[in-house]
Order: sequence, then C-alpha cells, then structure tokens
Amino acid sequence: MIKVGSHRKIWGVAALAVALMFGILSSASADSGKTQASRVPKPHLVGEKGNKCVRPVSYMRRHHMELLMHHRDEVLHKGIRTKQYNITNCIECHASPKNNSVLGSNQNFCQGCHKYVGVKLDCFECHNPKNVKVKDIAFHPLIVPGKKPDAKPSLADTMRKKMTDARAHQEKSGVVK
Amino acid sequence: MKSLVYREIPGRSAGFYALLGGLGLFILAGLTAAYMMDKYGHIITGMNDQVVWGLPHVFAVFLIVAASGALNVASVGTVFSKTIYQPLGRLSALLAMALLAGGLTVLMLDLGRPDRVIIAMTHYNFRSVFAWNVFLYSGFFAFTAIYLWTMMERRMGAYKKSAGVVAFVWRLILTTGTGSIFGFLVARELYDSALLAPMFIAFSFSYGLAIFVLVLMAAYGWTGRPLGDLILQRLRKLLGVLVAASLYFVIVYHLTNTYFAAHRGVEAFILLHGGIYTALFWVGQVFVGSLLPLAIIFHPRLSKSRSMIAFASILVIAGGLAQMYVTIIGGQAYHLVLFPGYQEASSFFDGVNHHYTPSVAEFFLGLGGVAITCAITVVGMKVLRFLPESLDDQAVDPHAAAKS
Amino acid sequence: MSDTDKSRRKFIGTSAAAVAGLSIAPGVSLLQTAQARPADQAASSKNRWGLLIDSNKCSSGCDKCVTACFTANWVKEAHGPTDSQWIRKVDLKSLSNGKSHSLPVMCQHCENPPCVDVCPTGASFKRADGIVLVDRHICIGCRYCMMACPYKARSFVHHPLTDQNPEVPRGQGTVEACTLCDYRIDRGELPACVDACNQEGNGAMLFGDLNDPSSEIAKRVATENTTQIRADLQLNPGVRYEGV
Repeated sequence: MIKVGSHRKIWGVAALAVALMFGILSSASADSGKTQASRVPKPHLVGEKGNKCVRPVSYMRRHHMELLMHHRDEVLHKGIRTKQYNITNCIECHASPKNNSVLGSNQNFCQGCHKYVGVKLDCFECHNPKNVKVKDIAFHPLIVPGKKPDAKPSLADTMRKKMTDARAHQEKSGVVK
Repeated sequence: MKSLVYREIPGRSAGFYALLGGLGLFILAGLTAAYMMDKYGHIITGMNDQVVWGLPHVFAVFLIVAASGALNVASVGTVFSKTIYQPLGRLSALLAMALLAGGLTVLMLDLGRPDRVIIAMTHYNFRSVFAWNVFLYSGFFAFTAIYLWTMMERRMGAYKKSAGVVAFVWRLILTTGTGSIFGFLVARELYDSALLAPMFIAFSFSYGLAIFVLVLMAAYGWTGRPLGDLILQRLRKLLGVLVAASLYFVIVYHLTNTYFAAHRGVEAFILLHGGIYTALFWVGQVFVGSLLPLAIIFHPRLSKSRSMIAFASILVIAGGLAQMYVTIIGGQAYHLVLFPGYQEASSFFDGVNHHYTPSVAEFFLGLGGVAITCAITVVGMKVLRFLPESLDDQAVDPHAAAKS
Repeated sequence: MSDTDKSRRKFIGTSAAAVAGLSIAPGVSLLQTAQARPADQAASSKNRWGLLIDSNKCSSGCDKCVTACFTANWVKEAHGPTDSQWIRKVDLKSLSNGKSHSLPVMCQHCENPPCVDVCPTGASFKRADGIVLVDRHICIGCRYCMMACPYKARSFVHHPLTDQNPEVPRGQGTVEACTLCDYRIDRGELPACVDACNQEGNGAMLFGDLNDPSSEIAKRVATENTTQIRADLQLNPGVRYEGV
C-alpha cells in the first residue's frame, strides 16, 4: 500500500511538473509573441532609401552622433567637406517621402527614434531638416518674388512688429532721439 | 566679553511665510520670463543687435558686484581684526553667496542658449575674460563656503584667519575680473579703460555694504532681536567712506576720459546730451546714489535716525542700479565710430546712437534674480545659525558700551 | 528718366556684365581665387583670404552685394534692429570737405579678432586660412563677441528660424556673421557679394589670397594706397578699403 501510495505520489508530482513546464513554456512563448506585437512598442519609422547606410545599421544606431560630431568639426573648423558623414547626406536618404523631412511626426526618421528613446535632438534649430537641393532654389523661400507672407504671423513676428511700431512712435513723438 | 550665541531665526510666523511666498512668486515670474525668452527668442526683450546686453545684465552685474562687496563685512572682522565686525561675519558670507547665486542665475537664463550652459564648463577659451570669470565665480563659492565653515564650526576656528584672507584676496580678483569684462573691450569708448577694475571694486564695497545694512536691519527688526546703535553707527560711517571712495573713482574716470580726445564724444554723450543716460548719471548715480546718501550719513542729526540709515542704503542701491544702467547700456547706446572724420549712415544704424527700451520679460527676469538672493538668505537664516541672538551694544563691545 | 535712357542704361549694364563675364565666369573665377580644394583637404594657413573694396567704384544707390548675400545665404531680408545683417552698405560724408563715399562693411576677418579673444567657449574662431567664423554648436549666445567687435559685424538670431540653406545652418539664440561664404570658397567659387558686384559690372570688390604675392589683391595692396577700418586697433583685418 505504501509502495503504491508512493508511486501515486511520484506520478502526481511528475504530472504537476509537466503541467508547470507547459504552463511556463506556453506563457513564455505568449510573452515573446507579445514583445513583438504590442507590449513593447517600437517606433515605426519611414524614410530609408536603398538599403545601404554609410556604416552598418547596428553601428549607426549606437554611434551616429559621434560620426556627426566628428564631421561637424572637420567641416567647420578645417573646411573638410567630404560628403559621406555630412548631415545633409543623412537627410537626403532619411527624409520621409511624405513631407520630405526627418522631422514632423513620430514616423519621421530622426524625430521618431529620438522621441522613442527620449533623447533631445539638438540639430534642427540650425540645420534644415528637409531634403532641399541648394542648386534647385536660387532664392530663399521666404523672399521668393510674389510669394505672399504667411497668413498667420507667429507670436515673434507680432511682437517684433509691436516693438518696431512702438519705437517708431517714440521717435516720432520725440521721446527718444 | 561674554560669548555670542548664534541662533536660527524662528521662521514660524505668518509674516515669514508671506515673505517666502512673495519671493516665490517673483522667482516664478522670473523663470516664466526666461522660459518665454527661450521659446520665442530675444525678440520679446528690448535687446537688439546694437544694444546686445540689456536690463538682465544690469541686474546680474549689480548682484555679482554686490556679492563680493557683501563679503567685506566679514573680511574687516577677520582679516583686519576689527572685533566689532566679527559677529556679522556669518551673515556677510551667506549674503555674498546668495547675491552671487542670484546674479549668475539671471546671467545664465539670459543666454541665447541657456540649455547649453554646461558648455561654459566643458569648453574653455583661456584668453577670454568671461571664461576666467567662470573660474572666479566657482572659486568664490568654494572659498566663501570654506570661510563660512571655519566661522561656524568651532573645531575649524584655527583656520578662520587664513580662510578669511584667501576669500578676501579672491573677492578682489573676482571684482577685477568683473570690471575687466568691460575694461578689456577696446572697441567701445566708454569701456576702454583699466580704471574700470578698481572702480568696480569701490562700487562693490558700497553696494555690498548697503545691501548688508538693509538685510541686517530687516532681520533684526522682523525677528525682534536687539540691534545696538554701536554696530549700526559703525556700519553707517563705513558706508559713508565707501560711497565717497566710489564717487572719487567716478570723478577720476570721467576726467581721464574727457582728457583723452578720442573719448570726448562718448563723455559728452553720457555727461551732456545722452537723454536718459545723462539723466540717470546725474540724477541717479551722482545725486541719488552718492551725494544724497553722503549728506544723510554725515548729517549730525539725520545720521542718528535708523530709518534714515536704511533710507541712505536704499539710495545707494538705487544709485548702483542707475550706475550699471549707464555703464552697461549707455556704453552700448553710443555709436561706434568706424570712419573718424566722416558722417556715417547705413541700414544697420551706423553713425546714430542706439535705442533700447527694456521689456517686461527682462524686468521680471532681473527681479527674479533679486528674489532668489533674498530667498536663499531667508531660508539660510532659518535652517542654520547665522545671526547672533543679540547685537546690542553690550554684546557687541562691552568696553565701548560702558564708556558711552 | 526717359524710357530710352532706361534701356540705354540696361544695355550698358548688360554689356558691362558680358565683358566681366568674359574674364570671370560668374561664380567661378580664374584669376581671383585659388583652385577648388579637394573636399578631403583642410584649409591651409598658406592662404589668407581677403577682400579689397574700392569705394571709387561703389555707388551709393547700389546694394547688389547685400541682396546677393541675403539670397545666397537665405538670410531673410529686413532692416529692423533685431534682424541679422551680415553685410551692409555704409554711406559716408566727409566732415572736412563734404565728399561722399559708399562702401559695404561686413566681418573684417581680422588677424587678431577681438571676438575670438573674448568668446568664453571658443565658439568664435579663426580658420587656418584667416576666415573668422562662429561654431554654432558651442555658441551659448552670451553676445560678448558683439560687445567686443569694433565693426558691429555680428548679429544675434532673435527668434526661431526655419528653412535655412542646408549649406548655411543658422538658428535661434546664437551669434552669426559674414562667413566670407566659406562653403563657396572651399569649392573654388567667389563669395556671393563679390560675385554679384562683378556681375553688375562694378568690380568694386576684389577677392583673393593676401598671402600669395602673385595674386591681384596682394599686388594692389602692395602698390596702391589701401586702408583698414580702425587700423589704430592693429587688428589687421583681411578686408581692405581703397579711396576713402
């Protein structure tokens, strides 16, 4: 009886173990499935022309800022103007076909990934994020002859106008010389 | 002489929290102004490509100059062994650090790219007076903190004298550096003078002391602690001497400039026909900031009155702000002469004096810096033992008190 | 002015431009600048780029150099006190004899630039070939360089910018000035202002290498009576003037 009982026990433990194993496995596989699908969302980026970056993608993900940083000093301080690591070269391939820019939405190449990893972008206060060919445009877009000024002036524009108006008024009324 | 007892201010009254709340509002307004300037650009200020430094710099440079001056009360006690000033040493050091913190905050938030201020620490151009000042400012914080430590920690007392000497020498270098920010600008006629550095040191003595006197009177008045006439009268006389010294430098500075033919144009502008700058110089800097306080301080009857001493201190501060406005903005408003012997005209305002109208944003940014200074001082006095419980004549100097 | 006059002027202008075009193709110069440097080669201290401006050939009404600068660098043209002006026309009237002059003033590209001396972060710098530039990556916008410049050559960007020229990045909160069109010089072209002045047929602006004794600019600086603005400060600007 004891023997039988112990046998029963062993079977019971084995059954439980198997059940647990399956449980873990199945839940694990469910987990991994979820990872790809929804639980950790990944940025959905558009804007990659061709399939060959200047360096392997894995390298670029970690080190693109170093390449850009090195190149900016080469260009500005030494006047070395090679094309490969130039930011305009990056923009040329990575600008979204939708708005011709690397910024704009979380699908745009630079903005999308930087938003995803939570790193502030500090390029496009000065650099144009759009893929523009210098030779195509002879004039600054803001001074194209015949182009109407923007319908909505920005706050800065309004304030500037106020300042100049105030100053003109002061000069007229002789408050300041 | 019985030993002095330093004690935190209680800081539990409604008035205390109202004061902190009010200061908090001003700090908030200053930060809002800085945020707006960062978001919309300096277009919302009155500064432009001709007058590139404006009201924020007036406040910032005033606070920084006053910072090194505020430390002087401590130096007189420690370095020059005037025992009567020694009880004031702790407050003096606290106020110096608070003033510098307020001034630097304004200076930093006015930058075109305040988000990149760390670059001023990582990239140095050692030929720049500005870069030297970054060292001078951080050194001032460090040395004053050590000095304060030797004053507050009994076991460190042996090092008080040497720490005090280092801090004193450093503050002289610091103000030389601040004056040289302007003095090294050969291009601008009002600034091109080595005299600016010693003149700024004289200014710092009087502005710093005036602020110190006001803070001392307010702290003792509002907490109901006794403040004797003995110490107050000593501070009054010292303030008189320092204001007179500042005025002396101003006279010598303008005299040399007037003698130097190339600088006569800008001198005529500041002294005679510069509109607001001429008015601020004569009425603000000379009359309100120097002559009137001198008259009060050395008046046989008025000088006895505490409220008149406080009033004289306020006048010195107002005159100091006027002086900074004249120096910083007046110096830029006068046009640069590119072609001597020619009348110049261009779309970039060549040959004409430049306009500057400060905006609300700048004003609140500057006041925010003042509020930061006050808040640091008030909170400091509440959490640590900066103030002696009593500064009555008996506590300050028993011998002198007995004689009078 | 009658229509005939106008067309006559236009004709003279065109033919002058054509004559100028024969000797110097617009944008590409054979005489005034060195060959385009290979892209991977650094600017060299063997060169010192400079300008010689002849105020006798520069007329008061003409601002073609200014417009060309705005156009080439995509700087929004405006004349308010907060708007960038990398180059400006200055009209002079002698206080002694009343004689008038007109000339463009831009960054003078000093050999000893005060802006470089005072810059706390080293954002103001001088390239090996003498061009004074601002590294906007490390400019914190303190504007000390603007205080130090005797020529008022620099501007501060007072508001957010968009639509920059990809070759001329510029943005809010940083200081900027004439770059002598470094990106054009590097590929062997003339600065936009000089190019425009030539195309207009005025030829008031001569660009070249002051270090090269065989260059036209060096020869003229050696033989003719040229001046520098505020020569008393001994900054030795690379921009020279003649006739004033």
